Amino acid sequence: MLIQLKNITKEYDNSGVITKVLRGVSLDVEEGEFLAIMGPSGSGKSTLMHIIGFLDRATNGTYLFDNEDIKNFNDNELAYIRNDRIGFVFQSFNLLARTSVLDNVILPLTYSKKKNHVELATEALRAVGLENRLNFLSNQISGGQKQRVAIARALVCDPKVIFADEPTGNLDSKSGATVMSILGRLNNEGRTIILVTHDRTVAEHANRIITIRDGSIVSDEKNANPRRSKIETVEEDI
Amino acid sequence: MSHFLKSIKTVIKNLLSRKARSFLTVLGIVIGVAGVIIIISIGAGAQALVLGQITKLGTNIIGVLPGKSNENGPPASVFGVQIKTLIDNDVSAIEDKGRVPHAEEVAAFVRGNVTVIAGSESADTTFTATDGSYPRVQNVTMAQGTFFSDEEGRAGANVIVLGSDVAEQLFPNGGELGSIVKIQNSGNTFGSIPFRVIGVQEKLGTVAFQNQDDQVFIPFTIGQRQILGIDYIQFIRIKVDTSLNVKNTIADVEQVLREEHRIKNPADDDFSVRDLADAIKILTSITDGLRMFLGLMAGISLIVGGIGIMNIMLVTVSERTREIGLRKALGATTHQIRNQFLIEAVMLTGVGGIMGIIVGIIISYLIALGARYAGYDWAFVISPAAILLAVFVSTLTGIVFGLFPAFKAAKLDPIDALRYE
Repeated sequence: MLIQLKNITKEYDNSGVITKVLRGVSLDVEEGEFLAIMGPSGSGKSTLMHIIGFLDRATNGTYLFDNEDIKNFNDNELAYIRNDRIGFVFQSFNLLARTSVLDNVILPLTYSKKKNHVELATEALRAVGLENRLNFLSNQISGGQKQRVAIARALVCDPKVIFADEPTGNLDSKSGATVMSILGRLNNEGRTIILVTHDRTVAEHANRIITIRDGSIVSDEKNANPRRSKIETVEEDI
Repeated sequence: MSHFLKSIKTVIKNLLSRKARSFLTVLGIVIGVAGVIIIISIGAGAQALVLGQITKLGTNIIGVLPGKSNENGPPASVFGVQIKTLIDNDVSAIEDKGRVPHAEEVAAFVRGNVTVIAGSESADTTFTATDGSYPRVQNVTMAQGTFFSDEEGRAGANVIVLGSDVAEQLFPNGGELGSIVKIQNSGNTFGSIPFRVIGVQEKLGTVAFQNQDDQVFIPFTIGQRQILGIDYIQFIRIKVDTSLNVKNTIADVEQVLREEHRIKNPADDDFSVRDLADAIKILTSITDGLRMFLGLMAGISLIVGGIGIMNIMLVTVSERTREIGLRKALGATTHQIRNQFLIEAVMLTGVGGIMGIIVGIIISYLIALGARYAGYDWAFVISPAAILLAVFVSTLTGIVFGLFPAFKAAKLDPIDALRYE
């Protein structure tokens, strides 16, 4: 089992006022799954994702990653997992400004022990169809291209699982479809993908969809026929 | 590539991607450091200049001025108030070896402004009327001819010694010696008096803030009686045989003048006798005040530079905090983030500090060159303490306002840093 959550809760303490965002979430994710977490805004889906993706900490509950309790990890080991075992794709891309596409993808490699940074980064950019944009600055490319750079960055350290937080949220439908088709292909190649979205059509790319409402999982369904976008040629905005 | 080199490379890339911010931070440090160096250098240079001007006159010179003075300042005559208490007999009394044994030479002075005319050329200048002993009281080097003798001085002969600027102005083609010049005083109605040029002084530059080359020397009596039309002396200079005897000679002179002026109580003195040590003491207290004022300015320049650095750091704190969040999300350890920011701070303050030192030294040097070109004997002084202080304060501001928020952000969970507004 890649990910096991047992009774995860998350509370925010705003000067004495306690807001419960997650009320005991339990969830198992197998390696190779494409999981979509759905829910309206404020449901706690993003918070759940941040906890699974090591960006945030649960207030209570147990989280086993690759069968190890993350409570046992210190700061450096957590950093190692963020760097090497998972990749994160944000809704707002979070690329380094005024920095080349290539350097943005190299960034996680500078924190890893891996060598051949340029080759690995070029490879990752080829996988998202941006091998001819290496030296463009991050502010010289379109939104769809930015998100593909972010996917390449998530991919470059060869992680076990890629987390995508509303990856199409800031994109037009065509760019969104390209991004989803890339994620679908990565899943076909065996990578675990965990996606947060409020959009049913986006969620239908996954082979499992869970729905969260008010901090609890209200449904967990298999999707036998995951949608696969056809626009893989990624020439949409070149 | 070692890990350290890798971090440095990352930092350089990072700084270059934010040229404006890096430039402004460095600029703040450069202004702070250079400002302090320049201001301290000016202060030290000015002090050295003032004291140098005084000691140039010689340390075994005593000056006698009319009017009473006290410990706190010079007599009123210094400020142009005419006091008539020093007279010709006072000079003869001081010259009496029996009464003032260590007075080697005595010279009386009056000064005024005149126009000197030679043919079609004329020059407005200052005349100094003094005794033939003048060259022995003060060092005088003649470019041509001689200074007037004791006899010529006593007799009030119509002879004149020109300062080098005046000579150039009146005789652009040379031929000064033996020529006749006329002295006219517009404020007085003596008409014009002819003088024969018997010497031209070597170029001296500026001493005690007066251009020594823009003046003429004439015998005392003719200057005092005929040109100024007065019967008193503006000041007397006495050369003491050795500087060891300066203090007791001052006492002797005071004694003699009290006897001459029939003064019983020293509190009633109508003259003041001072040596250069007194002048140096007074001037040092003035220049110390100047240095304190300049130090304050240097402090202000440091604060300005510091606020510049602080502003840049605070403005970018939210952007940087988000950057830290992203880096942590991508696998940077707290340690790596701290290293990055430390190296960044060291590089910015290092580059800024070095540039500030270089700019400060260059500008201080140019000021010294300019002052020397203007004729002042300006010392080029660089204070290592000032450099250390300036670099220390600038670095400290950079650390407090740049590193502190970054270190705080490095400890946050990545999502909190990413969401920072």
